[in-house]
Amino acid sequence: MFDANDLAVLPVARWIQAGVEWLSYNFRPVFIAIKWPIENGLALTDAALQSVPFPITVLLFSAVAWKLAGRSTALFTAVSLVVIAALGVWSEAMTTLALIATAIVVCAVIGIPVGIWSARNDRVWNVVRPILDIMQTTPTFVYLIPVVMLFGVGTVPGEVAVIVTAVPPLIRFTNIGIRQVDKEIVEAGHAFGADSRQLLWEIQLPLAVPTILGGLNQTVLTAMVMSVVIAMIGAEGLGLVVMQGLGRLDVGHAAIGGIAIVLLAMILDRVTQGMASRSGRPNRAAVKAGFWARLFFPHKLEEIKT
Amino acid sequence: MSERLKIDNLYKIYGGSPEPAISRLRNGATKDRVLAETGLVVGLNNVSLSIESGSIYMIMGLSGSGKSTLARCVNRLNEPSAGKILLDGRDLVALDEQALREVRRTRVSMVFQHFALLPNRTVRENVEFGLKLRRIAPAVRRRKAEEILAVVGLAAWGERMPHELSGGMRQRVGLARALATDADVLIMDEAFSALDPLIRAEMQDELLRLQRTLQKTILFITHDFQEALKLGTRIAIMADGEVVREGEPQDIVLDPQSDYVAEFTRDVDRSRVFDVRSAMSAAAAADLIGGHRVVLCANGGFAIDGDGRVKGHIARARIDDLRAGADIAPLMASSFSAISADAKLLDVSRVFTAGQPVAVLDGDDCIIGTVSPEAVLRQLSSSPAAPKSKEKVHV
Repeated sequence: MFDANDLAVLPVARWIQAGVEWLSYNFRPVFIAIKWPIENGLALTDAALQSVPFPITVLLFSAVAWKLAGRSTALFTAVSLVVIAALGVWSEAMTTLALIATAIVVCAVIGIPVGIWSARNDRVWNVVRPILDIMQTTPTFVYLIPVVMLFGVGTVPGEVAVIVTAVPPLIRFTNIGIRQVDKEIVEAGHAFGADSRQLLWEIQLPLAVPTILGGLNQTVLTAMVMSVVIAMIGAEGLGLVVMQGLGRLDVGHAAIGGIAIVLLAMILDRVTQGMASRSGRPNRAAVKAGFWARLFFPHKLEEIKT
Repeated sequence: MSERLKIDNLYKIYGGSPEPAISRLRNGATKDRVLAETGLVVGLNNVSLSIESGSIYMIMGLSGSGKSTLARCVNRLNEPSAGKILLDGRDLVALDEQALREVRRTRVSMVFQHFALLPNRTVRENVEFGLKLRRIAPAVRRRKAEEILAVVGLAAWGERMPHELSGGMRQRVGLARALATDADVLIMDEAFSALDPLIRAEMQDELLRLQRTLQKTILFITHDFQEALKLGTRIAIMADGEVVREGEPQDIVLDPQSDYVAEFTRDVDRSRVFDVRSAMSAAAAADLIGGHRVVLCANGGFAIDGDGRVKGHIARARIDDLRAGADIAPLMASSFSAISADAKLLDVSRVFTAGQPVAVLDGDDCIIGTVSPEAVLRQLSSSPAAPKSKEKVHV
């Protein structure tokens, strides 16, 4: 009989192994350079969050939530943070928050300019889009392999994986937000003599803000999910609590980690949703998608919407 | 008036290199044949127009006729494929990006069908838009915006957001934004088409009112023939990318020259289109009767002074008395009406009173003719009228 395994002659696994080894051997300085700002940014954020006394953090975060998303979200934030502290995972939660906050900053710095560039240049978008497709269809676990090979294990390599996973939605939403700006308004910009920069800053970006914030919401939630997954490569934070619980078959311990994760995710979701819906005309489709679905199937939803 | 804008043998071809299409069009090929032979779509086919400074030039056509394409070529939102667009003798088609931007900022502005206001800016900031792009100081552009908002009747609305305004008010903002740059050429692309009929009529009146003082050169795109008649100094009717009829509104209604145009003119309310001049009988030269200057007409005569102004009307039966040397003052007893030659037939029908003559006056209040109800009716029923005389009475 002709068996499928008879065809198994392509040593792809070995090629990739060799390729990644070659990369890590020859481009070591590059990866160290990539790691450096992330490592320092993360260390700074984590140190700050860990050193601020717990009540002040709660007040500060509630105030920010009030400003960005209104009173009920502020109340929810305060209560949730107190519950997280009461569960005894405050320090781990702050580490996870530092992971997410740093990832968002890096994602914004990379994602928004790439998104703008893609929106204004079809050739760029034609290159970027397939890369995003691959990034978003690749299971999150699979990211961990090259990350471990290239960056090693621990919290900082984990953060690299978080950034790589979380940046595509922001690029996509920025791109689509700018492309969807009313054609007549863009024409009005041209008709009144706007140059390329004025067109971007006076018309395209301001009108794309609601959609970009919708993308930011997606990025935050993706980063949240990934910040838990990277516990598998030794990253600290709430994910580690869950991992330890599972490893020791301590369901209670794992559940505490889980509850804290859910509360943190809900805070971040509500605050970023509030930002999106408060900025002019919100992109309702992006903001309204169910929270649970996004927490567990961020990539799937992403594909449906963009 | 002088020529402000001249469009010279303009072509616009969509879908690839335009040369094969243009050479075929120059040899008399139709739009359909060009499409069949080259796969290229003809947007504009050899359009030439001359637009006077201070006029409202209507470009009228159905959708797909190329009217918007033509207007957008003027500020090069569409790039013409061949031909020239001369603004005060300067070819806009040849401008580089920098010079084009300058023209768009200072010479040619635009009003859009769906207003195209920035939803995230206040009304005043929207009006300031063109000035901001020119990097004019905030205080200066603010003053200018407030001034223009007062002109369009929105002085109290400057700090509102566009979504708080009704459609008509939003288009006033669009108009204010276009006026704020002090551009002398205004492209209005179906500017009133998105408004409901009452508001549209109101905006049309508003535009005519503004135009009396502003004297802009307006290129107004419309698919509504009534609108073209109401607003237009001249009208160009387009079909399939070509100008099929061009002229003054009355002339087009009087003589459509083609079935296509006649289709539009059929239901026109002629009493609003034709002016009194088109129905009047021109006055003969004044006679000297008994030492007085009298313009004789069907039912008597109008006594005029040295400047040609009407002093009074003398009934036909009394002309002989005057000739016999009677004093003129008591003879001028019979009453009469007077109307401007530029008034519409609708207006003159309101001044007719049984048995009273109506004098037609020119801009200097000199009598240039008389008009009778019969003549007005004849013009309304519109078999092509006899050639009109526009001479002034010489005295």
